Amino acid sequence: MNWAFIAKYLPMYEKAAWLTVKTGTAGIVLSVIIGIICAAILYYRVPILRRLVSTYVEISRNTPLLVQLFFIYYGIPKVTGIKTDAFTCGIVGLAFLGGSYMCETFRSGIEAIEPIQEESAKALGLNKFQIMRYVLLPQALSISFPGFVANVIFLMKETSVFSAISLMDLMFTAKDLIGVFYKTKESLFLLVVFYLIILLPISLLGSFIERRLRRG
Amino acid sequence: MAEPLLFVEHLLKQYGDKVILNDINLTVNKGEVVVILGSSGCGKSTFLRCLNALEPIQGGTVRLREESITHDSKNLTDIRQKIGMVFQSYDLFPHLTVLGNILLAPTKVQGRDKAEVTQEAMALLERVGLKDRADSYPAELSGGQKQRVAIVRALAMHPEVMLFDEVTAALDPEMVREVQDVMLDLAEQGKTMLIVTHEMQFARAVADRILLIDDGHIIEDEDPEIFFTAPKSDKAKQFLNLFEFHRPKKNK
Ligand SMILES: Nc1ncnc2c1ncn2[C@@H]1O[C@H](COP(=O)(O)OP(=O)(O)OP(=O)(O)O)[C@@H](O)[C@H]1O
Ligand SMILES: [Mg+2]
Repeated sequence: MNWAFIAKYLPMYEKAAWLTVKTGTAGIVLSVIIGIICAAILYYRVPILRRLVSTYVEISRNTPLLVQLFFIYYGIPKVTGIKTDAFTCGIVGLAFLGGSYMCETFRSGIEAIEPIQEESAKALGLNKFQIMRYVLLPQALSISFPGFVANVIFLMKETSVFSAISLMDLMFTAKDLIGVFYKTKESLFLLVVFYLIILLPISLLGSFIERRLRRG
Repeated sequence: MAEPLLFVEHLLKQYGDKVILNDINLTVNKGEVVVILGSSGCGKSTFLRCLNALEPIQGGTVRLREESITHDSKNLTDIRQKIGMVFQSYDLFPHLTVLGNILLAPTKVQGRDKAEVTQEAMALLERVGLKDRADSYPAELSGGQKQRVAIVRALAMHPEVMLFDEVTAALDPEMVREVQDVMLDLAEQGKTMLIVTHEMQFARAVADRILLIDDGHIIEDEDPEIFFTAPKSDKAKQFLNLFEFHRPKKNK
């Protein structure tokens, strides 16, 4: 192992890692928002919108992120003439993929709640929005927390395909360095280490919160 | 002077083709305590649920004063605030504390001041003997305590009518009384209540009026003393017989 090489390119990885974390976090936050809205639409069977949501979920879950990214990065500018940068495209692409995963996770969480919860909320005069916001969602989020954490980790890992639209994330950096210096071992070592630095805390924090939720 | 509050006219309730309630007519006066009896599956819960439009009805009308209560009323949430309901199964929100459960609807739905509602909630909790449990979560309470909180939660909305659907049926026997005492207390204060119960002694003690539902109809609408001592219809006699025990004669 060439430690001098590692020391030299560490800052470059660090920068790339920040980019990965930033795009990943932004994409995941948007996924959660999309997921909650879509899950509420499906749960309340809102006419028309629920058809749109089901179609979206099917498309999003059954096409690879890479294809979705290409479509957003190369396809949309072709059709609309609006060109966006790779960073924005990465976030939008991740949100498009993540929204459907979060939607399915939250929906099954909401559906696991006893119907009496919604009924007693109705009897108290809460409207649909208030029932979702104050009664169903808080319970659904705690029920579906394990699935939520799995989604977060999955989406963070999926950011590795951003390199395909030339976003200078971890994967891009590793490929770049291998291509230029042929230091495959060192480059991959750094790649694995940085992904672990990002993902392990999420995983550990996730199971910590999960244990606390289960206890009480 | 009796002031009519709740009106039910020609109520028809069906599940699919199955008629559950057929041509039900009832007027409940302010301050009246009406106990609804009937064998299991006769439609008592369904009836209560029609009164706050948790169930759509297929015919007739339900009104609170002038306001008609139907499943698709625009002001349904407004009307439901005026009709409190407590269910048989524990229906407290598990992610909120006792106080959180009580405050939710008054603050979010009625937009009342949190401090004011908290004060009222604490006073109500004290009255049902649960002042020290305000910060507990429902999972930490016994069944009887949960039901008392559920009653307080409904009362905090200042409803004009309270509906109780077998609120003691899922309780251990030693907890039944503490919940019934709360309801007796409310009756004494002149709350308008419709109560479904299988506890005959309690029914007799709390009721101003007894209704007996059978085959989709109200077949008795009677003063409790008359109903329990000299029931008129055969159906009522049969129903009351279910609760009588005769000491077996042993052959020595
Ligand atoms: N959602 C539903 N779909 C179809 N049938 C239903 C539904 N809910 C209740 N029923 C039927 O309606 C009838 C009345 O039910 P309901 O729960 O009102 O009876 P009940 O008098 O409250 O009985 P119990 O004393 O056992 O609580 C029953 O025959 C029941 O099977
Ligand atoms: Mg019932």
